[in-house]
Amino acid sequence: MSSTTPLVLIIEDEPGIRRFLRVTLSSHGYRVSEAACAEDGLKHAAADRPDLVVLDLGLPDRDGMEVLAELREWSSVPVVVLTARDTERAKVQALDGGADDYLTKPFGAEELLARLRVALRHALRKNGPEEPVFVTGGLKVDLAARVVTVEGREVHLTPIEFRLLATLVKYAGKVLTHRQLLNAGWGPEYGFEAHYLRVYMAQLRRKLEADPADPRYLKTEPGVGYRLALEA
Amino acid sequence: MERRPDPDELLARVNREEEERHRGRLKIFFGSAPGVGKTYAMLGSSRLRKSEGIDVVIGWAETHGRAETAALLEGQEILLPLLLSYRGKELREFDLDGALERKPALILVDELAHTNAPGSRHAKRWQDVQELLAAGIDVYTTLNVQHIESLNGVVAQITGVSVAERIPDSVFEQADEVELVDLPADELIQRMKEGKVYFPQVAEQALGSFFRPGNLIALRELALRRTADRVDVQMQRYRMDHAVGETWPTAERVLVCLGPSPYGQHLVRSARLLASRLKAEWIALYVENSHQGGMAPSDREQLERTLRLAEQLGGKAVTLTAENTAEEILAFARARNVSKILLGKPPRAGIWRILRRDFVSDLIRESGGIDVYIMGGTAEERLARIRSARRPKRRWAPYLYGLAVVAAASALSALLKPYVEPVNLAMIYLLGVAVVATRLGVGPSILASIASVALFDFLFVPPYLTFAVGDSQYLITFVVMTLVALLISTLAARARLQAERARAAQSRTEALADLTQQLARARDSASVAAVAVRHLSEQYEAQSAVFLPDGSGDLCVVSEFEASFAARTSESSVARWVFDHGEPAGLDTDTLPGSDALYLPLIASGETLGVVGIRPQQSTDEMMSEVRHRVESVVGQTALALERTALAERARQAQVEAEAERLRSGLLSSVSHDFRTPLASIVGASSAIATGDLDASEVKELGQSIYDESQRLSRFVANLLDMTRLESGALAPARELQPIEEVIGAALGRVKARLAGRVITLRLPEALPLVGIDARLMEQVFINLLENVARHTPEGTPVEITGAQEGKHLVVRVDDHGPGLRPGTEEKVFEKFFRSSEHSESSGLGLAICHAIVTAHSGAIRAASRPGGGATFTVTLPVAEVPAGPDGAPRPGGGAP
Repeated sequence: MSSTTPLVLIIEDEPGIRRFLRVTLSSHGYRVSEAACAEDGLKHAAADRPDLVVLDLGLPDRDGMEVLAELREWSSVPVVVLTARDTERAKVQALDGGADDYLTKPFGAEELLARLRVALRHALRKNGPEEPVFVTGGLKVDLAARVVTVEGREVHLTPIEFRLLATLVKYAGKVLTHRQLLNAGWGPEYGFEAHYLRVYMAQLRRKLEADPADPRYLKTEPGVGYRLALEA
Repeated sequence: MERRPDPDELLARVNREEEERHRGRLKIFFGSAPGVGKTYAMLGSSRLRKSEGIDVVIGWAETHGRAETAALLEGQEILLPLLLSYRGKELREFDLDGALERKPALILVDELAHTNAPGSRHAKRWQDVQELLAAGIDVYTTLNVQHIESLNGVVAQITGVSVAERIPDSVFEQADEVELVDLPADELIQRMKEGKVYFPQVAEQALGSFFRPGNLIALRELALRRTADRVDVQMQRYRMDHAVGETWPTAERVLVCLGPSPYGQHLVRSARLLASRLKAEWIALYVENSHQGGMAPSDREQLERTLRLAEQLGGKAVTLTAENTAEEILAFARARNVSKILLGKPPRAGIWRILRRDFVSDLIRESGGIDVYIMGGTAEERLARIRSARRPKRRWAPYLYGLAVVAAASALSALLKPYVEPVNLAMIYLLGVAVVATRLGVGPSILASIASVALFDFLFVPPYLTFAVGDSQYLITFVVMTLVALLISTLAARARLQAERARAAQSRTEALADLTQQLARARDSASVAAVAVRHLSEQYEAQSAVFLPDGSGDLCVVSEFEASFAARTSESSVARWVFDHGEPAGLDTDTLPGSDALYLPLIASGETLGVVGIRPQQSTDEMMSEVRHRVESVVGQTALALERTALAERARQAQVEAEAERLRSGLLSSVSHDFRTPLASIVGASSAIATGDLDASEVKELGQSIYDESQRLSRFVANLLDMTRLESGALAPARELQPIEEVIGAALGRVKARLAGRVITLRLPEALPLVGIDARLMEQVFINLLENVARHTPEGTPVEITGAQEGKHLVVRVDDHGPGLRPGTEEKVFEKFFRSSEHSESSGLGLAICHAIVTAHSGAIRAASRPGGGATFTVTLPVAEVPAGPDGAPRPGGGAP
């Protein structure tokens, strides 16, 4: 964290993907350290003190979830997990288990870089003060004054709607699982009744989005959760 | 005159030889009495065979402690006996399965007529031998003359000893070789005295009873004659084969008429003897008289046994129903060219002979050129007849009712007495008797007529209150009243019986027709089995089970009704035996009669398809003899139905295979096309970049192309995987309640790039209900639908997505403005590997996946061309019931302000 160029630790057994990650990240100003198995990866994580870890969930020696749990016992380094398709359950587990975001194979360079940028920014901001006003595209959220405007027009939100939006804003760009959002909106006891959340998200979209079915800000990650999109 | 062999006879001989070649050969060492040296001769002969290098095993040898015989056993391979425990005793028995497994070329099995211990597979040893022969093993065995079925009666008459252990004549006749082991009576007695036959103390006793010189001489003569008969038969066969000319006796045919008496067995044996002397065919006939009442179960059983015996002895058994027994017998005899009829002495004597027409005299009178023999019975059989004649207990209620009617008639007569002549009072009694006769049957009506006569005499005929009769003309009244009672009751009873029979026949016919219909409707073997089991339980109150072979050939109970017996291994092994041999076994048969149920094979086109096990609820004997043949017809019907379903199943299987073949080739062409095309681009572009000779803009362009083609490849792989998982059931939808627009929005986000240049209009009302769907799978549905639009519509055309609630369904329509669907392909587009054209970029999986996913959500997906042009895809999903949340919980559409 001291260095100006962030160090990314890649824990991935496939040499092809490792090479793709190394080339892409090096050419975009990251330093890279690599591990081909879980044991090596954990050793590197302890020794190299990386700023971010890219962790493949399908490692040959140990389950990626275990690696994540072990890492989380002593480190809060942002972790982006790599998963195969059709593993929504694993994604949700990883996110609830402390991962910051996920990438579904196959993924492109742009998607990779965007995820890493968001993860790193949140890690940095954890230590600093929260910004009171958030702006993306035409959406402006003043967290302190509890005022939300879309294209300059003020939108009235119910307290629960505001709590949900505030949570999404706090982790803008990051995916949040249903459970994480339910916790934020109602408290932990509603952790499994995702359809309440969906109904509120639909209402929120109607208030904030020009076309609720083709949302610009509040994106759905089917089977996983929601993400507040950051516009470049 | 030169005579050529009859082709039919030749064919029969060829068949016989064919069968004989596969079957083992049976050699019987035949003797007149125990101790003549049959076992000794058999063992000696087997030693000879062994020295010739033939694989000989001794399956069972009874030495009776005879030292010379035991000496012959030395050095021979002896099969271990099977140990059976029966009522605490340990019994040793011939090990049939051991023998079959060992499968020697020749096996020795002593004492062919032996009765097996309970618990053995077959009741009799000769059946074991049949199975050995069927397995192609040659058998040497021994037999005494008194054990042959048809000679049993004669032997019993000579020696006074009746033997329970008998073998059917056919077994003896079908033996390939019979070696007579002969020993003059004196020598046998000498051997007995020397203790060479039995142990001394047994010998002492035996000499006094069975082994008297007279007996032995008679038995020896019987044995010699029986062997000579066989030689005679062989001679005839030889003559036939070689077309030796001869004056043949005019064909004789013997008919034996049977009734339900134990005496019938004697008749059958006599008929057989007569027929074999005459070298004639013989037929056993039972004529059921339609006037007579139903038969008592014990009689019916007796009759069945007699008929079965006739069949065992080589006769033909026939049952007919007729009004006039004598006429029917003669008509049958003439039709079959019968030359001799055998009858028993008429069963009843005395008054019945006068009252009823005697069919024996009728028969003799009308017989014309046919000889009629009347056979007498033995004392024992007469006794049995008397015993069987004792009727079972009667019901007394009808008699009481009869007396009550008479009492009522008396009361009425007493009232009318002052006004009416006594003779007319008799009419009232007559009416009463008529009523009793029509309603209550013969016995009560006779009682009523006697009581009427007595009371009428006592009360209304002067002198009153005595049984004396003043006027002799009243005697006419008495006689008429009795005769009227008899006449009416007989007629009424007959009418009732016929009506009952007709009803029973009707209901049987209906039940059978019903069964046929149900069997015809059954689609697979399991439902055929269920129909059969239901029929058996309803019609015969029987526990039953149907066994069918499963894929690996093991028999499984496919359907059963209260058939707890079917679960036992001992019982299922009986079923197995029946299945393997295609012959009935179990209860009421000669094979494994100790079983709990009767097992019948389901045979169609000569192939055993399964086994039916039946256990009657009520008394077993009754059920078996009464309805066995009807049950057999049910089983036959079931077998036919099973065959039909098996054929249908095979046809269906073939169709499925053809479909699978189509899919396989579809998959192959799809894979080769869809993988190779993008791979070719990727290989080309990446190899060009790897040369390092390109400038930055070229690299970027090729990189983009690699990226695009990889995406295409990725989509294809994803589709293939989805399809496979959906089909294998591995991809079960994880349903959650959610608004559909969320899913559609996510899908739009994914395919937006590919839909570039098309205006997408969304019409999703705010009030759309929630649906219970798997978000990821349903997203895939809309992704595939939209990609389909992108592939088939030109750029710049609009796309509309419309949602609406229709009753309990949510309907989402995707309308495009492309060329629409080719007519007739509206359903085919959802088939796997369907391509709208040869050069289509599609893998033919996208829409098939949509179909599979929507169907898994209990929804429907349809495609249609719109009149104005373009295609419409409609997805219909059931609307979810939203569960009520706990108090204070957020609700759809509302929330705290």
